[in-house]
Amino acid sequence: MANLTVTVEFSGGLESLFPGVEQTVTLPTTNAAGAPSTVKDLIQWLRDNALKEKPELFVSGDTVRPGILVLINDVDWELEGELEYQLQAKDNVVFISTLHGG
Amino acid sequence: MVDHGTPEGLTAENRRLVKEVAQLRAELSALRAEAPSSSVDSATDPTPVTNLTNPEIARYSRHLLMPEIGVTGQLKLRNAAVVVVGAGGLGSPCLLYLAAMGVGRLGVVDHDRVEVSNLQRQVIHTERAGELGVTKAQSARDAVARLNAACRCTAHEIHLNSDNALELLSAYDVVVDATDNAATRYLVNDACVLLDRPLVSASALRLEGQLTVYHHRGGPCYRCLFPEPPPPAAVTNCSEGGVLGVVPGVLGTLQALEVVKVLLDVAPDAPPVLMLFSAFRQPTFRAIRLRGRQPRCAVCGPDATITHLLDYPTLCGQAQHDGPSTLALLPANQRVTCSSYAAAARARVPHLLLDVREPVQFAICHLPGAINVAWSELPGRIDEIPKADPIYVVCRFGNDSQEAVQYLRQAGYSTARDLIGGLHAWSASVDPDFPVY
Repeated sequence: MANLTVTVEFSGGLESLFPGVEQTVTLPTTNAAGAPSTVKDLIQWLRDNALKEKPELFVSGDTVRPGILVLINDVDWELEGELEYQLQAKDNVVFISTLHGG
Repeated sequence: MVDHGTPEGLTAENRRLVKEVAQLRAELSALRAEAPSSSVDSATDPTPVTNLTNPEIARYSRHLLMPEIGVTGQLKLRNAAVVVVGAGGLGSPCLLYLAAMGVGRLGVVDHDRVEVSNLQRQVIHTERAGELGVTKAQSARDAVARLNAACRCTAHEIHLNSDNALELLSAYDVVVDATDNAATRYLVNDACVLLDRPLVSASALRLEGQLTVYHHRGGPCYRCLFPEPPPPAAVTNCSEGGVLGVVPGVLGTLQALEVVKVLLDVAPDAPPVLMLFSAFRQPTFRAIRLRGRQPRCAVCGPDATITHLLDYPTLCGQAQHDGPSTLALLPANQRVTCSSYAAAARARVPHLLLDVREPVQFAICHLPGAINVAWSELPGRIDEIPKADPIYVVCRFGNDSQEAVQYLRQAGYSTARDLIGGLHAWSASVDPDFPVY
């Protein structure tokens, strides 16, 4: 089965929930439903394979919890179709928790 | 050495304290006298100035030499009114630069008092202000007055809330969000949308910062990006997580820059951006293209449901400050006061003292004999905890210790109890020489 590799980064404190600030993730090009793999599949993969603890601090249902912004190649994921964005090889996906300190 | 056991000793101590209070009062009134008293009424808009005076031309010459600013730009700054909510790590440099650059009218909103732990990053305040217990708003206004006497600066020594925010913020053209908690951020955002004011918002924590201009030129508001507040457990503040002093300094300085760009209408077609700053990672700066205004937004969308300010502490599940919350998870018989633990320790009653703070905090200070297993690591290291009787669990404020006791009891450690109020309470009630951080 064909695979695709993307880089994933965490910031704003989310890095403490994962093994490091950056990792490469290899997913099948098509998901279990036979459709092209999306950010939704990536979030699920991260929850099941990379998250060390406290899933409620990363996910809520099948998306990220409130207060997390997802960036795809330095663009707000809302402009790219959010959960339905189809991953491309070498994409850079950043999960960033909004900060409140000042 | 004063002998507190004799009337003579007490009388001498009393004389000394009376003298000290009088001296401090004199210093406080001297400090207040330095600040212009006429600035209180500056919230009423004066007639716009159309010409710069000679002293202004001399003072702002380096601005006037640039065609991007020029006399027109300087007059825009001179006639502008900007309010900074929060005179902390972000507000400090932001206020100093706005005053230095010649913004005509400033407001500072903060009801906290200057504390010594602020001074590593809140560069507008002084050791003296901390000793005197001056409010941050007052201290910031004093600093602005020393820097630029022509700047009319109002100190709003109040807690911004749903009852006062609209009236207070409406007296200004641009609002700077330099606050330190989620509840106030939602409050300030909603108020800016309802008042139709641009909001220059930044935040900083540990080694990172974020900055965006919201509700400006048809762009998104904070709720367009974050419709729902994060769960309280996901929010870390500076007093828990720490912050490198210069990080809010960088972000607050950038906020002053964004205020200038808003006032001078620089790059009106630029798309909305989230600026990310990372002190120790590469790249240091990163600009993220943001979504536009969201049609479904509850406050700025066409079908907005939020038409007045809400109860923000309830909405966010969190108080409007960045101090520690006080949990009460355990029944009274699973908790002990610091003084009763101190008595047991002095009497050498055998026990285990488990400190569940992170190792970096344990290294700052700890009680004699304590073993350190952080609460975040406890589930994975439970085998290292001996089944002692009794087990006392301590942390910084007495919140994590309660969660750890619940966990330990479920794991069969039926004698675990926590120290009420943690090491802060230990310092306050048992040992004043124990450090507080």
